[in-house]
Amino acid sequence: MTAIIHPDASVDRIGEQTSSRVARRGRGLSDHGIAWLFVTPTIALLLAINIFPLIWMIRLSFTSLNLSMSYLPLRFVGLDNYADILSDEDLWVRLQTTAQFVISTVVLEMLIGFGLALLINRQFRSHSFWTTIILLPMMLSPAVVGNFWTLLFQPQIGPFNYVISLFTGIPPSSFSMTGEVALAPWTIVLVDTWMWAPYVMLICLAGLRSIPDYIYEAAEVDRASSWRQFWSITLPMALPFLMLAVLFRAIENFKMFDMVNLLTSGGPGSTTELVSITLKRAAFEKWRTGYSSALAIILFVTVFGAANIYVKALNRVKQR
Amino acid sequence: MTAAANTTAHSIVEASPRVKTVAGALVIIYAVVAILPLLWIAVTAFKSQSDAIAYPPKVIFQPTLEGYVNLFTVRTRQTPDFIAGLPPATTWYDKLVRKHDMVIAGPSKVVPRFINSLVIGFGSTFLAVLLGTLAAYAFSRFRIPLADDLLFFILSTRMMPPVAVAIPIYLMYRQLNLTDTWTGMILLYTAVNVSLAVWLLKGFIDEIPREYEEAALVDGYTRLQALRKVVLPQAVTGIAATAIFCLIFSWNEYAFAVLLTSGDAQTMPPFIPFIIGEGGQDWPAVAAATTLPIVLFTILLRKHLLRGITFGAVRK
Repeated sequence: MTAIIHPDASVDRIGEQTSSRVARRGRGLSDHGIAWLFVTPTIALLLAINIFPLIWMIRLSFTSLNLSMSYLPLRFVGLDNYADILSDEDLWVRLQTTAQFVISTVVLEMLIGFGLALLINRQFRSHSFWTTIILLPMMLSPAVVGNFWTLLFQPQIGPFNYVISLFTGIPPSSFSMTGEVALAPWTIVLVDTWMWAPYVMLICLAGLRSIPDYIYEAAEVDRASSWRQFWSITLPMALPFLMLAVLFRAIENFKMFDMVNLLTSGGPGSTTELVSITLKRAAFEKWRTGYSSALAIILFVTVFGAANIYVKALNRVKQR
Repeated sequence: MTAAANTTAHSIVEASPRVKTVAGALVIIYAVVAILPLLWIAVTAFKSQSDAIAYPPKVIFQPTLEGYVNLFTVRTRQTPDFIAGLPPATTWYDKLVRKHDMVIAGPSKVVPRFINSLVIGFGSTFLAVLLGTLAAYAFSRFRIPLADDLLFFILSTRMMPPVAVAIPIYLMYRQLNLTDTWTGMILLYTAVNVSLAVWLLKGFIDEIPREYEEAALVDGYTRLQALRKVVLPQAVTGIAATAIFCLIFSWNEYAFAVLLTSGDAQTMPPFIPFIIGEGGQDWPAVAAATTLPIVLFTILLRKHLLRGITFGAVRK
């Protein structure tokens, strides 16, 4: 990098140097003023669009507001909504479904993503072209992708079942990836993994490339086996990046709505009904605003708490 | 660029040719399998509607532009007598439509939806990058009280499920008459993107040595001049990468768009799944709409993805 400093500045202004501090104060804002001027718009926007609604939502979560009957006076019901939610057994099932989805996708995406990153890091010929190809799925809108996979998964007219049948011999119209209780939960995992393993791959690649070469060279001199090098150099040094990938994917998939809503819309029955879909139904189909506000708060507290603990662990790993 | 790329061919950490071949083969196999569904979508855009839902699925077919014509037009079915009575079709797309006993009744809503996506996408990206650059610069260069807490707060706004955020936003926007407007959607997407932008850009600006600015300050520049003439030119690639990430998010976002817009300000993602032909979704038209932006994004992104995705955590 070259220093880009205005060419005339260095020569012409030498004479002013002694008084520059005074001059600066006279001509512009103080550093303190600039800092606040720069940070305030962002904080103000987040307060208006995120925090104010959040506080409003906390208030609503103690009411029985139903937007389809908004002519009714606002009635405060205390903690009733929270009690309803926490004692609702269906909701615990939804949370389990969500947890299973999050865990399966994160595990699969980490394995595939890290594996691909290790391979790509070998720098074989044309590796950057193939990396680009692998990245393509994550550029699309998850909703649009979810929608299109319904065609690909159609038992008779979609190609997916035919490909499976080619390798296994199972007749293509004998199973339905989105229509069967046993298969549907794996279908959403499959599509999510297909879409986001490349993302994990990128983060892992960043981690692998942050390891300086001389460490491997030293290990090579010491005749450490490549197995040993992997466990004592590669993995520990890439660990902060792997943990970052887990954090990002877990948060994203806990919030998952768009892709699954269009692929299975929670079905068949409610086998793929993730908690965001439940929330959407309560809030925007049944219009139970008070109830769904309480549910939203519970979800937020869960993610926020879990992420907080995780970030602390991540920082500890980074400092090692 | 990267540490690994700098090593010479003689470096002892360079993989052996055999390892490279195996690694390459495995990656290529994965890439080919992963790309197949996208190829199917791309190909479907050039099928006729009956070929798209043929049983069994067709790999070889007569390509047609019907999907694109259907995407951009609204058509009505007419009796053959009526069509025979019309003046002869003058354009290729009129001819294509009349083969199916239909006439074009007018343009579809895809162009207004596309314009909505452009305005909301670029508007929110511009604002998020502008606000994000200023805030990131301040966090990077000045001592701000509780900076770490503020940064975590900024990031934590991304942890809410969009469906949850949409509830109070919906109520608030109803009061302010912002539902289904460009302004409302731009503000919302800016708020979502700005947290990413601050984190990304802080990483990039942290990497620019302070000495350059300090030299400029000593030379009599004000802080703002130093920012404009010294810091910004060096942060350009980081800003570009951030902008692309924000644009991809705004372009692909579905949950807010489907819950908060219904007509005037609706963007492409909630629109595409509802492109209906006769007897269900018009798959060729859906496929045509799906594949429009992807190539563009990928080409724009290639160089910047790696650094951008890790909040600029990769060092040069």
